[in-house]
Amino acid sequence: MKPPRFDYVRPDTVEEALAVLADFGDEAQVIAGGQSLMAMLNLRLAGPRVLVDISRLEALSTCQETGDCLEIGAAVTQADLLDRADLAEAVPLLALALPHVGHAQTRNRGTVCGSLAHGDPSSELPLCLAALEGQVVLRSTRGERRLDAAQFQTGLLSTAREADELIVAARFPLRRAGAGHAFAEVARRHGDFAIVGLAAVAHDGQVRLGVAGIADRPEIREWPFEREDIDAVLNRLAWDLDAADDLHASARYRRDIVRGLGPKVIAEARSCAN
Amino acid sequence: MRELNGAARHRIGFTLNGRAVSGWAEPRLLLTDFLRQELGETGTHVGCEHGICGACTIRIDGRAVRGCLYLAVQADGREVQTVEGLADPDGALNALQRAFRKHHALQCGYCTPGLLMSLTDLFARTPRPSEAQILDVVGGHLCRCTGYAGIMAAAREVAAEP
Repeated sequence: MKPPRFDYVRPDTVEEALAVLADFGDEAQVIAGGQSLMAMLNLRLAGPRVLVDISRLEALSTCQETGDCLEIGAAVTQADLLDRADLAEAVPLLALALPHVGHAQTRNRGTVCGSLAHGDPSSELPLCLAALEGQVVLRSTRGERRLDAAQFQTGLLSTAREADELIVAARFPLRRAGAGHAFAEVARRHGDFAIVGLAAVAHDGQVRLGVAGIADRPEIREWPFEREDIDAVLNRLAWDLDAADDLHASARYRRDIVRGLGPKVIAEARSCAN
Repeated sequence: MRELNGAARHRIGFTLNGRAVSGWAEPRLLLTDFLRQELGETGTHVGCEHGICGACTIRIDGRAVRGCLYLAVQADGREVQTVEGLADPDGALNALQRAFRKHHALQCGYCTPGLLMSLTDLFARTPRPSEAQILDVVGGHLCRCTGYAGIMAAAREVAAEP
């Protein structure tokens, strides 16, 4: 199918983009890489009055280490980030997860912040942001605020972004000394939406495990290394997430992935930690 | 700030396979439809129109992207490369196209333009890709004739060429 009719605006500055969002509110839709939004437009699941294209904004095209975070601008593509030679050192979990995000051809256009904005429950980047306790930076003509990952995503395809706010950056915490990371997912085909995705961070005697693809947003649990009843912990987590049957997998299969793949991901993260 | 009315057609220009082209597009017009219907360049195929199948893959500014997830107005001023740009002007096939023919890497041919552009992109960036790198790129395409073995054989041959 083809997109419905909309006006198209390409601001030259972030301030111009914010002014358009202030004017149009929820009748405006921001497009960066458009790898989710264009499909939704083509399927007519989205029908904005005005499309605000931020993909050429220089100010949002940079990626920089600020303090203890890698701050990724809203126009930075997933491929740009993967091309960074120091990514595996700076934010190892992103280096592990990004190859699972869509296909090479969609990563060339899709942005990191766009993935976060879309808020698909099975998607890898919101899972990484939540597992690492990162933040989303939102700006409007009213000012700027930072939301923790857990505050930002509020459910299935929904976030705490206000209609006049632009996501200007995502902040992923830099690797802490001695931390270990691991990522794994089960999908029908590499690059397809994950049926279940798992991210683990091992640090300072604690394990954090994030699960995507079951609840309406990434779910995070944390416990100390010493717990010997890890199978019981994962079994309880699998049931807690209240999995549902759908076209792609049964609830039981999803629980089985958490119970079966969970221990491997945790062991791998722990083996990388020191 | 560029502001385009959704009900009107606007002048769009970019470089296509090395030459300047232009045409008219409403903001909602997909780049694939602009290429095929406005410019008459029908080498780029349209499959699923939601980014899954890969038939419409083209290169923009030296990156393989889905043509169906790209608006014509977004391509304004860009460098676009399509399958029409692969062969020599006299029609002689390039090495990748010859390998596709040799290994029967196309059956119905519908997915072929997209695969050729994705693999062109891979070889431009990584002249000697590994098996895993080839698989990653080919994995972004659907061939409903399921001719993947031939496609992989063709890609491997080009990867091994001196």
